[in-house]
Amino acid sequence: MADKKKKLSIIVFSGDYDKAFAAFTIASGAAALDYEVNLFFTFFGLDIIKKKRGRHFLGKGFRARFFNFLLGGRNNLPLSRLNFAGLSPILLGNLAKKRNVAGVDELIDASIKLGVNFYACEAAGVILALQKDDFIPEVKKVIGIGSFLELQEGGTTLFI
Amino acid sequence: MNIMNIERLDITKEHCPMTFVKTKFALSKLADGDILEVLLTAGEPLDNVPRSAREQGYKILSIEQIDAVVHKVTIKK
Repeated sequence: MADKKKKLSIIVFSGDYDKAFAAFTIASGAAALDYEVNLFFTFFGLDIIKKKRGRHFLGKGFRARFFNFLLGGRNNLPLSRLNFAGLSPILLGNLAKKRNVAGVDELIDASIKLGVNFYACEAAGVILALQKDDFIPEVKKVIGIGSFLELQEGGTTLFI
Repeated sequence: MNIMNIERLDITKEHCPMTFVKTKFALSKLADGDILEVLLTAGEPLDNVPRSAREQGYKILSIEQIDAVVHKVTIKK
């Protein structure tokens, strides 16, 4: 076995279904290959790790609550292209299931079981008025870019 | 005398990354010295499952072709 664990970090900026699919495919695959994996969720990416998966008025203040409602949560992640008012992600999810390819939820569950580290961006959390309790319990910590840079040091980092 | 356990896993219908994710989950449930027999298809699973198991320190005891597509990889934990 290698002396030092290989490391992969991903900045999950996008809240699109297809990009979340890519991020969690890479994350779970790398974790299964014994990489240390760190996911840093920021801006739209925070929508993927909200505890409430549906469309909810979250946070404090009218604008933040309305914006979180518009984002829609993990159950309403749009496709980056050809979204058709949310119809295409349902179609794509069904296609994946029919062809026995893991969907976003299954990949997230696998990532959690494989010990992938989840972190939420502090600044984006402030803008959206979200706190640690608004995220799934697997989110280890709300951190800033300085802490993330330290975490990803010595490994490969992707931006999705 | 050590009694080793032999477990079987069929990932012939799985695709990347769940092929090696499910293999990893199955191996994690075994005790040291136990055997895992993995049924998988040629191509990506056959290329990567034995390689990833080897990289994680497990021993590949054999790779056997079952039919035109399916192979059996025997891994010792």
